[in-house]
Amino acid sequence: MKKLTGALFIILLYTACKFNAADTPKLPIYGNRDTASKVVNGKTVIDSVYQTIPSFKFVNQYGDSITNKSLNGYVYVADFFFTTCPSICPIMHRNMLKVYDDYKNVSDFKIISHTIDPKHDSVAVLKKYADKLGISGNSWWLLQGKKEETYQLGEKSYLVAVKEDSGTPGGYVHQGWFVLIDKQKRIRGYYDGTDEKQVDKLRADIKTLLAETNTNIAQ
Amino acid sequence: MKLRVIGAVAILLSVIIASCQSEEQQEFQRYYNGGKIIYEQRCQNCHSAKGEGLSNLIPPLTDATYLKTNKAALACLVKYGIKETIITINGKSYEGAMPATDLAPVDIAKVLTYVTNSFGNKMGIVTSEQIDKDLLKCK
Repeated sequence: MKKLTGALFIILLYTACKFNAADTPKLPIYGNRDTASKVVNGKTVIDSVYQTIPSFKFVNQYGDSITNKSLNGYVYVADFFFTTCPSICPIMHRNMLKVYDDYKNVSDFKIISHTIDPKHDSVAVLKKYADKLGISGNSWWLLQGKKEETYQLGEKSYLVAVKEDSGTPGGYVHQGWFVLIDKQKRIRGYYDGTDEKQVDKLRADIKTLLAETNTNIAQ
Repeated sequence: MKLRVIGAVAILLSVIIASCQSEEQQEFQRYYNGGKIIYEQRCQNCHSAKGEGLSNLIPPLTDATYLKTNKAALACLVKYGIKETIITINGKSYEGAMPATDLAPVDIAKVLTYVTNSFGNKMGIVTSEQIDKDLLKCK
């Protein structure tokens, strides 16, 4: 009897581990969540609904119109910056360049950087900045659009603070977060773009996330 | 016993050598250390901890030729900043603005001592008196 209990325990433990490995995503899912009930096979099931990045419309450094649909099927990293930023932006983009170099040839990955100073950062200014930064192609977009839309998207959707403040150097308050978004447009990670170690973690997490979504699709 | 004597003599010698470090060297060290702190607070965000700058956006501080040939003008650049002027360093041109600072001449001397003796540069101390002179010639 004792042996049987032992065996049962081991089997239970094994299945528990297996269950975890298959169903728990390796990266957490951030943002507000809601529940929705739906009917599956005649039974009502409560499902959690995760916050996703809503629709938006901006223009990239090539003058192309970019919407949330342009990012369908991509894992991407988003940040907020402006080209004349004297404080944290140079460090952020020095670090983002490493992410770009790692993944620029990966077909389902992108970086988007929203300017929070669209008045100065016209398409031409962004293109010049991109050229000088040494980025080309379509794996890193610098996006420009209505200021209110950008600020709203930052605060309500990516959950990072952006606002104008004449008291700070450069005239804007913003945090140097890099936000990692999965193919379902859910927030999967926050990384301090000014911290080399956290950016190294982001570089590793992107790989994890790309693998995760790819297996989901395969299933 | 013999070993102890040798040890004691060695320690004594090193103490003498350490204290013999000239006043000039001590002054240099003071400027250099102070400059490092100012650099970290005021310059490092853009020019980076290793002085490498950022691609073609922000010029590096690792090019000894530019710093040497423009040594007397460096104080003015730190104090008044750069406004949309094209600077050519090591064959690459950099265009854009560098913000002005409100650093006192002695702090400019310290930060320039740090910059011109880091990142592969070895140009010696920049004194506060020299900065006073250089600042008079700012355009």
